[in-house]
Parts: sequence; C-alpha cells; structure tokens
Amino acid sequence: MSEKKLMKGNEAIGEAAITAGCRHFFGYPITPQSELPAYLSKRMPQVEGVFLQAESEVSAINMVYGAAASGVRVMTSSSSPGVSLKQEGISYLASSELPSVVCNIMRAGPGLGTIQPSQSDYFQAVKGGGHGDYHCLVLAPNSVQEIVDLVRLAFDLADHYKNPAMILIDGVLGQMMEPVDFGNYKPTFVEKPWAANGCKDRKPNAITSIHIDPKDMEQHNLRLQKKYALISEKEQRSEEWMMEDADIMVASYGMTSRIVKSAIRKAREEGIKVGLFRPITLWPFPEKKLDENINRVKEILVVELSAGQMIEDIKLVNNGRLPVSFHGRMGGMTPSVEDIYDEIKKIHDRLTVKA
Amino acid sequence: MKVVFERPEALQNVPFTYCAGCTHGIIHRMVAEAIDSLGIREKTIGVSPVGCAVFAYDFFNCDVVAAAHGRAPAVATGIKRSHPDKYLFTYQGDGDLAAIGTAEIVHAAARGERITVIFVNNAIYGMTGGQMAPTTLLGQKTDTTPYGRDARANGLPIRVCELLQSLDGVAYIERVSTHDPKHVLQAQKAIKKAFQYQVEDKGFTLIELLSTCPSNWGMTPVESLKWLEENMLPYYKLGVYKDIG
Repeated sequence: MSEKKLMKGNEAIGEAAITAGCRHFFGYPITPQSELPAYLSKRMPQVEGVFLQAESEVSAINMVYGAAASGVRVMTSSSSPGVSLKQEGISYLASSELPSVVCNIMRAGPGLGTIQPSQSDYFQAVKGGGHGDYHCLVLAPNSVQEIVDLVRLAFDLADHYKNPAMILIDGVLGQMMEPVDFGNYKPTFVEKPWAANGCKDRKPNAITSIHIDPKDMEQHNLRLQKKYALISEKEQRSEEWMMEDADIMVASYGMTSRIVKSAIRKAREEGIKVGLFRPITLWPFPEKKLDENINRVKEILVVELSAGQMIEDIKLVNNGRLPVSFHGRMGGMTPSVEDIYDEIKKIHDRLTVKA
Repeated sequence: MKVVFERPEALQNVPFTYCAGCTHGIIHRMVAEAIDSLGIREKTIGVSPVGCAVFAYDFFNCDVVAAAHGRAPAVATGIKRSHPDKYLFTYQGDGDLAAIGTAEIVHAAARGERITVIFVNNAIYGMTGGQMAPTTLLGQKTDTTPYGRDARANGLPIRVCELLQSLDGVAYIERVSTHDPKHVLQAQKAIKKAFQYQVEDKGFTLIELLSTCPSNWGMTPVESLKWLEENMLPYYKLGVYKDIG
C-alpha cells in the first residue's frame, strides 16, 4: 500500500531520484534549489549512496560525467546561473552519450538576477545551451506529484537513449509543498557494456567526445541527429485540458500552467470556450498534439514567466495559421489569474466581433 | 633467449604519435609499468586531459575517459566515488592542471580523493601550438610571450607541488624529472609509489614530471633535455613535497 506524503518540490526530486535507483549526487549550493542537496546529504548515506558537495557547478557536472561514464545512475541540480556554468559539461555528456539527470530550478535572470521564480532558461534548456548540435531531453512537471513521475522517467529515458535529461521547473514548484504518492515503483536498470568501470574480461572501453577527423565527426553528428529524430518521434508528451470545444488555446507549461487553469475556469464560468495546451516534454516539443489542436482552435495565447521563449516553438508549429499573442512576466514576478483572464477575455471579444 | 625488455601489458601494441623527442612516451610507459607491477590493469581507469595526451586511450590498455579541459580530477572523482574498489589516474599537462583546472586539482587534493595525478610540466601549451603556460619560466619566449615572460605583464610561474603540499588530504607529492636515465629511474619509482599509496587507500597522490616540448620550444630533443636541466631544475626543485608514509 502506498500512501501520500507532504513534500517540498525540491525534496521530492531527491526522493524520486532515490526510488529511481540513483545513488550518486554531485551538487553545489544555490537558491532556490538548496533543499535538494540538503535532502540528499541526509538521504544518500541512509541508502549507501554518495552525496558530494563540489567546489563549483563546473566540477559537479564533471563529477556527473565521470560517474555516468562509469555506468551508474547520477544526478546534479542547480538554479539558472549555476546551470549556465554546467553547460560545458552538458555538451560533453551529450556528445559522449552519457545518461544523466540535471535539474534546473529556474530563477530570474539574466546575470545574478534574483531568486524568485522564472521560466527564462527555456531557450538554454531546449535549444542546446552549450556548444555544438545537441539536445537534452527536457521534462517540465507542474506539480510535486508530477515531479516524482518525471524524475523517474528522466532516469529511464536517459538510460534508454544514452542522453542527458533535464528536469526544468521554476522556483515556486521547487519550494511549494504538496501531497505526493511514491507508489510501488521499481526502477529498471539497463546493461551498460560501454561503461568505463574496469576492463576485466573484456577489451578496454574509451569514452570521449573528440573525433578529430572531420569525416568521423560528421558521422558522429549524423548518428546523434538520428537519435534525436527518434526521440522526437517517440517521446513527445503533453496535456490537453478543456480543449475539446475550445476556440482559444492557452499554451503554458510548468507552474504557470496552473495559474492559467484558474484563469480558464473563470473564463469558462462566463461561457468563454478556452482550454489549456501544456507541453510536458519541452524537448522533444509536443509538435504533433499541438498541430492537431491548432487545426481546431481560432486563436492562441502563450503564457510564460519570460519575455517569450516557448512562444517561438509554438509559432514554428503554427506556421502563420492563427494569431498568436503573448502574456509574460519577468524578473521573478508572476501573473495573476485576473491578468491571464483579461488576456483571454480580450481575445474572446475580438473573436466575437469578427463573428 | 631471455626477454630483457618488452612492452608493458598496460600499453596497447601501437606506436606513439607524439613528436620526436617528446617525453610523453616515456611517461606513458612508466605509468603502464607501475600499473602492471601492482597487477591492477583491469581495475584501473585513466582520465585523459585536453592537450597532447587527449588520445591517451589509444595508448593505454585500460579503460580511459577523456575529460573536458582541466576537469580530469572532477571526472576521476565521479568515477572513484562510484567505484571505490577501482584505481584512478588522471594524466594532465600544465595548462590543463595549473591554469584552467586549478579549482579541480586543489579541491580533489583537499578532499583527499583516492586518485593518482600524473602531472606533466613542460612549461608550455603543446597541442595549441606553444602558448604561455602557468609554468612558463620568466624570460621564456612562447607564442603569447614573444618578448619573453615578464613578471609584471604575464605573472609568475606556479609551483604546483609547493602549492598543494599544505593540503591535509594529500598523501604523497613528489617532483621528478625526465631529462636523463638516472632521473627517469627515480620518476619510475615515484609513480609506482603513488599508485601503491592509492591501493593502500592513503589519500591523494600527485607526481609532477618535468618534461620537454622540442617542437614548441624550437629545439632538438637533445637541446631540450639540456634546457630542462639548466632552466627548469633551478626553479622547479626536485624532491618529495609530502609523504605521509
């Protein structure tokens, strides 16, 4: 029998990782994710795992590189400025095809910014972030329960595709407490014959991201792109809510999608046909479902805690078919239900006049 | 017929691709011999740097992970903490270890990570074509110090053994040289001892090897060995900087 526990989002990431069989965590303190390393510093010794506070984000991600190269499930976490520092390592992880999980509990930037919530690292997370042509799998939960589910999924997908996976949430979700059910989940581990963990009874394994001959490096890139195409084909995830009869689609992810839901409820009370499209995987972007929904609605509103980043992917799929408007707050500020409702109402009034 | 000299098992049966007169080859060999002498080849994982030794996995006959520039001690830490029963060595040059990787080496030493660091100091960046290294000597001409390294303009060379010896996590640090057979034999002993300490779980170990770069120094191999002896030895004093015994 499983039962519900009340947990902070950041702590739920830690416990979910442990239930997913992760016994290695390398991190560095930064607000608003510090509860996660603190939680794992307590929990890892209880399960004979490793918690190590590194001297920097750069070192932490390279410890992840080493642990992943040696075949174990491994995670690190940080918040925006720290994740910028990790980008070098993430590029190497992607190129060397090392399964690993990186959590970004986003705060407002650019620069040191502030510790309040933000979604302004979307570009960095889904478009690469570091140098070279690569992608991380990017998962964006919107509740503490979904954090648990997606952290487990992140480990499974990372192993399956030999690719770094990122959990992208904002500071609110990291800090808020909600009931969560860990269920009776058992992790499934895959064989890693490629791992560098001692060459007993086999030829030595080499793990590297250098392919000095450009012909080899192009082949390496083509193989990576083929893998990304496969991931894009198989792993798109999204939620549709009140979309069946909607004229207006609000696209939003993570914590923001919950404020959007409240605004949609309010608009629905007034008979406005509006629904939510919520990407759960930000990369691969849920293009197929989005496309289907664009075929059914009349206008799109995108709501983000940024100057407008995910909206670019929405527009790419929309390809000029429908009007797309944007509402966003930056700098750690969050929109109110009324703000979003007002935007929905404006679009509704426009559509009514047109009709 | 008696075999008096053969390739160590921990080296692959391939020729080195280093420049003529470069001491990487002999240092690789000494590392491999140390691994063989302790019978730990199948339990050893090497971490290669960014620099001339980036392709170390083409030469060592054990698992090797190639690290980002300067990050080898962090990568080795990640592997060692995941497999405490395995033996880790990093193989790093002066730019990799003493410039871009300064934080990683200092903190790996401070934590007393059970790894062996092979630090090759040839006072120059080799792979990128001969730029000033943190260990470039005052007055030494390089691609980026064309008038010679000037203390005021370019800073002063770093002595890594002296820098790390104060850290309590360190079990053994020694500086050795490769400029003649007598010193190569001493280097061989030091490398073996560092691995031995790791097997005995004593703490962090580092061997600094003074080394040459004939290509970028613009000298013949023989001139290079002489230049090392005359110029590097006075600044980088050989000896044991720490040994907890």
